[in-house]
Amino acid sequence: MRAAVIVFPGSNCDRDLAVAFEHAGFQVDMVWHKDASLPDGVDIVGVPGGFSYGDYLRCGAIAAQSPICKSLVEHTQRGGYAIGICNGFQVLTETGILPGALLRNADLKYICRTVGLKVETSDSAFTQGYNAGDVIGIPIAHHDGNYFADDETLAELKGEDRVAFSYTENPNGSRGDIAGILSPNRRVLGMMPHPERAADEGHGGTDGTALFRALSGVLAPA
Amino acid sequence: MKARVHVMLKNGVLDPQGEAVRHALGAMGFDKVEGVRQGKVIDLDLADGATEADVTEMCEKLLANTVIERYEIELG
Repeated sequence: MRAAVIVFPGSNCDRDLAVAFEHAGFQVDMVWHKDASLPDGVDIVGVPGGFSYGDYLRCGAIAAQSPICKSLVEHTQRGGYAIGICNGFQVLTETGILPGALLRNADLKYICRTVGLKVETSDSAFTQGYNAGDVIGIPIAHHDGNYFADDETLAELKGEDRVAFSYTENPNGSRGDIAGILSPNRRVLGMMPHPERAADEGHGGTDGTALFRALSGVLAPA
Repeated sequence: MKARVHVMLKNGVLDPQGEAVRHALGAMGFDKVEGVRQGKVIDLDLADGATEADVTEMCEKLLANTVIERYEIELG
């Protein structure tokens, strides 16, 4: 099982994400934003949190145009798995892989604390280690996590059971309390909270471990 | 050629920064401000031969996120 973690200038959760993948049994390659292609045989691509390109213009906008993101788009179009966390979620929306956009938090504050997340669906490789309805504690750390999508897109996400996680208490103004969403084929997850920061006893919580463990269960060679 | 691109959040998209400015203006005594929307202005210096279509493509691909923003192009 191989995971690739993309590193942009300004990424700062790349190593945490790599460690979470490694603990779940993945061999991890770090991939630089200027690389034009992903390593052969990659099962899942991780787009990490941070402040790619200093968040200039819009969060994730410049990263979405980097050479490696062209390969990422092709990877997902081929049905490949990907997870984007925090800034990685912003990058996935800017590439168009996931719908909607992340706006400035409604109260304008940078929020850094553990929040309650409700698992909305267990029907994905990312969430099948949980039961729908479970409430888990996962840290958030963002200034632009206010999920926006038009009414039609929101109805589609809900109708197709593609909301993966919602906030039990909305911290940032996200429409529909949405914290994370799935692609139409359910193989791409974007989420603002950081499961990789709740994946070791030393983190003060391990509610994120089930996500990485479930992925390794799905992607392990038969 | 120079081009100026105005990027604004679409109507209906919450603009918390604009709202904070509106609050501040109200607190300063400017009591006739009913709404504030904050946007971006991007000036481009373009080489000879660049066209408005080029600028439109730049807006669509990078300068604006048309999920949440609209843009206007001024050529000068």
